[in-house]
Amino acid sequence: MSNLIIFAVLMVLGYGFGQYNEQRHYKSIKKREALLSTLPAVATKYPPGDERHRQTMVMGSVVVASDYFKSFVASLVNVFGGRVRSFEPLLDRGRREAMLRLKQEASEQGASMVFNIKYETSRIGGKVPTIEVLAYGTALTPLHSPSTHGEQLSQQV
Amino acid sequence: MSEKMIISNLEYYPGMKIEQHISLVQGSSVRSKHAGRDFMAGIKSIFGGELLGYTELLHESREEAVDRMVRQAQEVGANAVLNVRFSTSSIAAGAAEIFVYGSAVMLVEEV
Repeated sequence: MSNLIIFAVLMVLGYGFGQYNEQRHYKSIKKREALLSTLPAVATKYPPGDERHRQTMVMGSVVVASDYFKSFVASLVNVFGGRVRSFEPLLDRGRREAMLRLKQEASEQGASMVFNIKYETSRIGGKVPTIEVLAYGTALTPLHSPSTHGEQLSQQV
Repeated sequence: MSEKMIISNLEYYPGMKIEQHISLVQGSSVRSKHAGRDFMAGIKSIFGGELLGYTELLHESREEAVDRMVRQAQEVGANAVLNVRFSTSSIAAGAAEIFVYGSAVMLVEEV
C-alpha cells in the first residue's frame, strides 16, 4: 500500500513540476533564440574564403532529465511500440539549449558565424532517462571589422 | 595555455596554408560524480529539467580533455589542431569518458 502511495505522489510531483519546468524552459528558449537569430550557425564545412577570420572552437552542452511521470508513460508505450511522444520534447529541449549556449559563447567573442556544427547526444544512466547534448562548431570572427555584435547581445540578455 | 594554439573543427584554415601534417593528437578524461551530487541529481530527475551538476561536471571534464590534447600538440611542435571531434562514452554507471581528438598541423601564412 505504502509503495502505491509513494508511486502516486511521485507521479503527481513529476507531472506537475515536469510540465511547469518544460513550459518555462521553452519560453526561455524561444526568447533567447529570437535574440540570437542574427548569428548564423550552419553545418557546412567550407567557410567563405573572401575574408580573413579568426577561428575558435565553441561548444555548448546541457544535461536534461525527463520527469517521473513521462518516463512512466513512455514505459507503457514501450509495450505496444510506436511513437514515444513524451520523450520528443526532452531531446528537442536539449538540442536547442545546447545550440543556444554555443551561440551565446560565439557571440560573446564577437563571431559573425559558426561553421561545421556537430551534435552529440549521449545517454546518462539513471532511473529517469537523462541525456546530455553537446553542440560544437567553429566560430569565425572577422579580423578587420571590429564587431560589437556580441556585446550588444549580452547587454540585452 | 590554449590561447596560442588554434583549435578548430574545420579541415582547413582560410588564408593559411597547412605546411605540415604532424600527427593525430588526443586527450581524454574520465570523471565520475561524487555521491552527494549523484543523490541530488536523482531527486531532481523526478521533476525533470536541467541537471546543472552534471552539466558542469561534463563541461569541466571536456575542458580537461581539450587541455590534454593541446599539451600533446605542443609537444609535437604544432601550432594548430584541426578537424577536432568529441566523443563521449559511459564506462560504468556514474562514470563517463570524454575523448577529444584532432590533427595536429603546422600552419603558415599564405603568401
